[in-house]
Amino acid sequence: MPTEKTSLATLEYQTIGEVAGPLLFVSRVRGCAYGEMVEVRSVDGSIKYGQVIEIAGELAVVQVFGPTAGLDVKRTKVRFSGEVAKMPCSINLLGRILNGMGQPRDGGPEIFPEEEREIIGSPINPWSRDEPRDFIQTGISAIDGLNTLVRGQKLPIFSGAGLPGNELAALIVKNAKILGGEEFAIVFGAMGITRREASFFQESFARSGALERVVFFLNLADDPTVERLLTPRCALTVAEYLAFEHDMQVLVILTDMTNYCEALREISTAREEVPGRRGYPGYMYTDLATIYERAGRIKGKRGSVTQIPILSMPDDDITHPIPDLTGYITEGQIVLSRQLHRRGIFPPIDVLPCLSRLMNLGIGEGRTRADHRGVADQLYAYYAEGVDLRRLVAIVGEEALTDTDRLTLKFADAFEQNFLDQKEENRELEQTLEIGWNLISMMPRETVKRIKTEYIDMYYNPAKAEDVTTAGGN
Amino acid sequence: MIEGTVIKVSGPVVSAEGMAGSKMYDVTKVGELGLIGEIVRLDGDVAIIQVYEDTSGLRVGEKALCLEQPLLLELGPGLLSSIFDGTQRRLTDIADSHGDFIIRGVTTDALPRGRKWEFVPAVEEGAEVVEGDIIGEVAETHHISHKIMVPPGKGGRVAEIKEGEFRVDETVCVLEDGTEIKLMQTWPARVPRPVKRKENPNIPFITGTRILDTFFPIAQGGYSIIPGGFGTGKTVTEQTLAKWADADIVIYVGCGERGNEMTEVLAEFPSLIDPKTGVPLMQRTILVANTSNMPVAAREASIYTGITLAEYYRDMGYNVAMMADSTSRWGEALREVSGRLEEMPGEEGYPAYLATRLADFYERCGRAVCLGSDDRIGSITAIGAVSPPGGDFSEPMTQNSLRITGAFWALDTSLAHRRHFPAISWLKSYTLYMDQIKEWYARNVAEDWKELRDKAMSLLQKEVELQEIVQLVGPDALPDFAKAVLETTRILREDFLQQFAFSDVDAFCSLRKQYLMLKAILTYYAGLEEALVAGVPLRQATEHPIKNEIARMKEIPSEEAEERIGDLIQRIRTELRSLGEW
Repeated sequence: MPTEKTSLATLEYQTIGEVAGPLLFVSRVRGCAYGEMVEVRSVDGSIKYGQVIEIAGELAVVQVFGPTAGLDVKRTKVRFSGEVAKMPCSINLLGRILNGMGQPRDGGPEIFPEEEREIIGSPINPWSRDEPRDFIQTGISAIDGLNTLVRGQKLPIFSGAGLPGNELAALIVKNAKILGGEEFAIVFGAMGITRREASFFQESFARSGALERVVFFLNLADDPTVERLLTPRCALTVAEYLAFEHDMQVLVILTDMTNYCEALREISTAREEVPGRRGYPGYMYTDLATIYERAGRIKGKRGSVTQIPILSMPDDDITHPIPDLTGYITEGQIVLSRQLHRRGIFPPIDVLPCLSRLMNLGIGEGRTRADHRGVADQLYAYYAEGVDLRRLVAIVGEEALTDTDRLTLKFADAFEQNFLDQKEENRELEQTLEIGWNLISMMPRETVKRIKTEYIDMYYNPAKAEDVTTAGGN
Repeated sequence: MIEGTVIKVSGPVVSAEGMAGSKMYDVTKVGELGLIGEIVRLDGDVAIIQVYEDTSGLRVGEKALCLEQPLLLELGPGLLSSIFDGTQRRLTDIADSHGDFIIRGVTTDALPRGRKWEFVPAVEEGAEVVEGDIIGEVAETHHISHKIMVPPGKGGRVAEIKEGEFRVDETVCVLEDGTEIKLMQTWPARVPRPVKRKENPNIPFITGTRILDTFFPIAQGGYSIIPGGFGTGKTVTEQTLAKWADADIVIYVGCGERGNEMTEVLAEFPSLIDPKTGVPLMQRTILVANTSNMPVAAREASIYTGITLAEYYRDMGYNVAMMADSTSRWGEALREVSGRLEEMPGEEGYPAYLATRLADFYERCGRAVCLGSDDRIGSITAIGAVSPPGGDFSEPMTQNSLRITGAFWALDTSLAHRRHFPAISWLKSYTLYMDQIKEWYARNVAEDWKELRDKAMSLLQKEVELQEIVQLVGPDALPDFAKAVLETTRILREDFLQQFAFSDVDAFCSLRKQYLMLKAILTYYAGLEEALVAGVPLRQATEHPIKNEIARMKEIPSEEAEERIGDLIQRIRTELRSLGEW
């Protein structure tokens, strides 16, 4: 990727003083730039890439993308490119498979860039941002109905080892549509995923006919760890290019952010920085923000970047620094539950800790339906109470409950079986809301407090409650 | 100006040699792009600079230019309804001149230079003025009259005073000692603006949010923190306060938070009408936006920029509210820069001076007698969001803030999960301003306000104890009197504490309506107790349809509250009593 350029800095050095983990310490360097890309040529002639991460006087610290095995102090040559990391952008990237640094790995033709862009990106001026407010229908009730995704949002999936986070993401890619029907271009950044996971995505894109709309960045589990630090930035640079130069609606899937953070920690430790929580560097919030914040819409442009990062919560712990910091930056989260997964519910979305911060902008009259907000709040209130009651029942038994409480318990079960569990079904929003109303109709009318009276008059119908209570028995 | 040479680059921290003569916190332009930074450490002739912009591409050997002055803010007409970044660059101008992305090395004037303002003098030639005196006014918006003041440290006899239209950098007044006073003055962001003295905060800061005004009120000039894990509603609460709180000027600092949130404010505020003045809310608001992906060092500065703007309007005698969302991101910026400086870390990697910096910041708030001979009073009320990692309040930012602030509005994840908003926990929160402002409430709202509030609080406390019993034996085993408590607290929680921030009617609840709602609920409780004493089964009492009317009180507009809720209270009394007679 570094291009030939003659400048003062395009010099080769053979002055490596120390190799430590992924870091090279090159001495007597003059005029190199912070963040500059370098080529490292080992004795056997193989080439690795790296980046300058610190300069102090004539000492440059270079972080190598790839194993440092085979590098020696005496004969390895370091060549400074004079440029910071750039990504060649072109509309022809659609349908291609690239490695984690943005070089083709599908054996296809070379890419002729329409433009080369610095992968670090610049922050969007808050003044220039346009409000994300167009509803994206994903076909999944727990998302469309309760945690609506809108165009320009960043909504991560908090998954766990063995939970179907990837399957959910693939389903969203397959079904996602904007009212108006425009299709999404997909930029897929894979960091440290296994070959099996990678082929799962490829097959699923092929099946849904999305393959020619996908730019695939692939850093596999056995690819260099440090390369992962570039992958999301390359992916987002392309996404921004497609969205804001080619007016496309871009959906960016990044998986697995946990691997990215591990790579970040590895580098930080190698640099002997003061560690923050659990050994992750103190600047991880800022670093993640420079990735997640690259979603949004810009005034006067048709395109948009919507992000769905996927991360695995280590030990299903939502307070672990990775999901924690992510949740502070992103506009909500979709959380998967092991307990629902074990019971065979798909998608196993645990709606209580889920949230979509931009939901209110995307729903309501003229966007989805006027009663949408109320229905979502009411379903939440009942389900939360039902889940609480389950705990109570475990101790005191069902006999000690009041009638309303028993009904609420039944509601929680019916909600999981009818609303959450939908397998591969692609539901229209109307369907989702209808199921919601059927569930609400199970409950006594005077307990329906979150919805305006006019909508209750319009949709509340105890006769329909049978649909969900009988179906719930199977 | 002192010119040095860059010798080391490590992220936002840059060292330059040959800087002898430069002072701490002097602004320095680094490299060919002229990236703006501040000197944070001096070591011989080496200056260590924290740079407010991304340093990629910066080379050793490039020059560093020390401007020999601290980070100065421009204070004058034209601040209101603007959006700035953390170092007071005007984001609208950057968008106009440089496109949709913020590129590096851009500088702008904080105040528009082209615009002319109508200056109306308030003093005459020959008058004696002291620091802080108002020499004239400019109508900055329809409602805010911008006072042009004698800058701190200046004073004397007025030699010349002008009238008419001026730009911000034009002189409108000359003192006999030659001091020229312009519409605009500058002030270093990190230095508090002086006041005559601080006053006791004894007037409540009215927010229109029931749980805050009724249970945990703060005073004008007070400060409180809102800590909570992600998704508990910090930002929504901050925005609700920015919209409806009783303040003349609102400074909203988006410090290390989401870009789309600032967009929401920008899109919404111009269309929202301030109920008190009838003009768009944006006209009383200044936004300081340093989103999480903007440079980390500028994030550190944004809090100081915000508070200095607040102080400037306080000095004119206004009541200013400052929202800082989130102070944790500011703390993290401190930590990041401290780490790069290789300072010895304190708790969880935060620098040991975190507590001092926090105290310095919060102590710049308060109700004060401003400089000037008219003894006008202004105030700054600050509300700082705190984002504790993992929602764990024992972390340093929350704990250090708690030691200083006067009110604690704790957000509760489990309330948020069940969509109880605002998710402020009535058990963990507290306020220290109660004693100072209860008299105001007694005089202006109702004599028995404090009594009702305490009664409701004790019922909520009682609920927790009863819930523990229910967890063991089930709700049926409780006696009817206990069930009546649970019934009442459920109403309190659902129909009083819950408040929908996006509703037209319910977003702002007047103090009088809050009082009446609380009174209605407690009257209902008293009625239940009476009915039980008279031998009426609880079930019969709670099934009375009047309960549904209590649940719908929220939908009554504040103006009609007096009449309609007043009437409801009467009916609760008579109808529940009639059960007993029956």
